[in-house]
Amino acid sequence: MRRLSLISVPYLWLLALFLVPFLIVLKISLSDTALAIPPYTPTLDLSQGWAGLAQWWAGLDMENFWFLAEDNLYWKAYLSSLKIAVTSTLLTLLVGYPIAYGMTRAPDEWRPTLMMLVILPFWTSFLIRVYAWKAILSQEGLLNQLLMNIGLISEPLIILNTNLAVYIGIVYTYLPFMVLPIFAALDRLDGSLLEAAEDLGCSRLTAFWLVTMPLSKQGIIAGSFLVFIPAMGEFVIPALLGGSKTLMIGKVLWEEFFSNRDWPVASAVAVILLLLLIIPIVLFQRNEEKQREAEG
Amino acid sequence: MAETAPISADFAPWEAPDAKPIIQFKNVTKRFGDFTAIDDLTIDIFPQEFFSLLGPSGCGKTTMMRMLAGFESPTEGTILLDGQDIAPVPPNKRAVNMMFQSYALFPHLSVSDNIAFGLKRDGLSKDKIADRVEEMLKLVQLSQFASRKPHQISGGQRQRVALARSLAKAPKLLLLDEPLGALDKKLRQETQFELMDIQEKTGTTFVIVTHDQEEAMTVSSRVAVMDHGKIIQVATPQQIYEEPNSVYVADFIGDVNIIRGTAKRADGDHVHITFAADHAPLIAATKRDIAEGSEVALAIRPEKIAISTEKPEDRNNAIQGKVLDIAYLGNISTYHVELPGGAVVKAQTANTRRVHRRSFTWDDSVWLSWTDTAGAVLVE
Ligand SMILES: Nc1ncnc2c1ncn2[C@@H]1O[C@H](COP(=O)(O)OP(=O)(O)OP(=O)(O)O)[C@@H](O)[C@H]1O
Ligand SMILES: [Mg+2]
Repeated sequence: MRRLSLISVPYLWLLALFLVPFLIVLKISLSDTALAIPPYTPTLDLSQGWAGLAQWWAGLDMENFWFLAEDNLYWKAYLSSLKIAVTSTLLTLLVGYPIAYGMTRAPDEWRPTLMMLVILPFWTSFLIRVYAWKAILSQEGLLNQLLMNIGLISEPLIILNTNLAVYIGIVYTYLPFMVLPIFAALDRLDGSLLEAAEDLGCSRLTAFWLVTMPLSKQGIIAGSFLVFIPAMGEFVIPALLGGSKTLMIGKVLWEEFFSNRDWPVASAVAVILLLLLIIPIVLFQRNEEKQREAEG
Repeated sequence: MAETAPISADFAPWEAPDAKPIIQFKNVTKRFGDFTAIDDLTIDIFPQEFFSLLGPSGCGKTTMMRMLAGFESPTEGTILLDGQDIAPVPPNKRAVNMMFQSYALFPHLSVSDNIAFGLKRDGLSKDKIADRVEEMLKLVQLSQFASRKPHQISGGQRQRVALARSLAKAPKLLLLDEPLGALDKKLRQETQFELMDIQEKTGTTFVIVTHDQEEAMTVSSRVAVMDHGKIIQVATPQQIYEEPNSVYVADFIGDVNIIRGTAKRADGDHVHITFAADHAPLIAATKRDIAEGSEVALAIRPEKIAISTEKPEDRNNAIQGKVLDIAYLGNISTYHVELPGGAVVKAQTANTRRVHRRSFTWDDSVWLSWTDTAGAVLVE
């Protein structure tokens, strides 16, 4: 039940709140682009009654999806997004797990402060924070100045406008989504289990691997999904921190929509993205249910 | 494995001057902040003992165990295991296994994996582990639940898994923190005998916490009665029962009547205890040195007090009183009898006759009597 509630938030969000907009987008993706307002045909004209409906229905086709399948730019963008999302999820996990672990180990009076520090960044606008990273990572930025001043490097590092900057941005932005579920899982862990493991002959490290890790698995899975899902469709971070070579489907979508004003193709891109995201969530749910059944 | 002597009447290493204790607490104090959980405790526990810790909740029993297992370190004093200071030895390197009061079963592992956990750390072969797990499951009668997860079994079953897990490694020293509390009476008795059996077979030293006096009496070689981080008395169950060293111990173990009065020396090892102005003093035998005129308490078990209608001539102590209440407990009846001074004394008789032929009833005037050796004279 707890596990379910951990992940049911994004799940319900996607299903209920996105369902209506999704149907609209789905419809546009089946339309053709047109020089009109809105920039696609057909539009449903209910004043003509049944005939209008039939005409509208006949105007819908899968053409845009075939187009996406043929042009390998889109496939590359999807794959590249997937790669970036998976990598940054793993990186976030690597950074987030020790933070969450440290929080549960901290003295009680420190906990609210640490929790505050994790949540604090949300109090400023996401855009401003990403811009701040520009200032940090650019060639004349704070990081390079610092490293050059202490003499570690003589030439400025080129970080901004590379994939590395995108990873940094994603890890930074989504870290709380990873930390909080893992923290919740670790916090529930009964300390006497570790004592029992030690009593039975485990070193601290083995006790961590055999007890702490498996018992925080659900938090890890929930956190990974909370990072992976938004990272997959991320647009702002690659647009601001990434370079021209950074290929992410969110960016492609934005360009189709605003630069090309090709709403139907942009919608088709969005529909496929959404399908790609729903598949892992459903698989995850299935897995959870199976596990629950196995546990009785 | 060498032949090991079972607990028998002559098993009393604590009386042998050359016996080597397996555990020694030397002036151990444990403080949590400014709260003293264990207060300057010194005790020796010998190999193959079945040592019970008895005491009210919060008196420090678990804390003592946790120090032995290595989860707490003494604030002052030293603990020796086999003559070695164990302070620098981490829990996983101690030849000690503990059964936790909270069981601490691994929720993600099945019953058999829980039991196998410690065996796997020892790097035993798969077959050996499987055999040992099988053996343990049989012992605690849980074979058919081997593949269940801890949350799929009952509280009593969980307790037995925890017990099996701590027994599996057959350590030199086993610490059992209320191992049988959640079991029903029959299963508890069976398991008690199993434990005694294991103890006899393996020679493992047991330190066990229990809230069940009967259990402590049945299984223990010695019982330690604790209060507020101190051991009040350590002795064999029989001594604890028959010769408590304080009102606290007498009162804690079993049912007891405490009659307070002033002592006056009499011939030999007898004292006269004046408990009411208008009544002849009670006569009690004691080996203790009791100062003339000191305040003492006579602790006397209800079953040692006889109840009769006529004044018995063959007992040194006889008091007349009035039956206030009768508690019928099946095999025995407890009579609550009010003495002239207003004190209420309990007397127990075995119900060898049917109840309707009972000779006393409410408000009857009866005689209570006991011998001079029936009670213990205690100084506070
Ligand atoms: N980690 C701790 N911090 C502070 N106080 C503690 C801690 N552990 C135990 N205590 C206190 O020490 C005292 C002894 O605790 P302990 O657990 O040894 O009692 P116990 O005899 O096992 O009681 P019970 O029969 O209820 O299990 C209690 O008053 C308890 O509150
Ligand atoms: Mg306890």
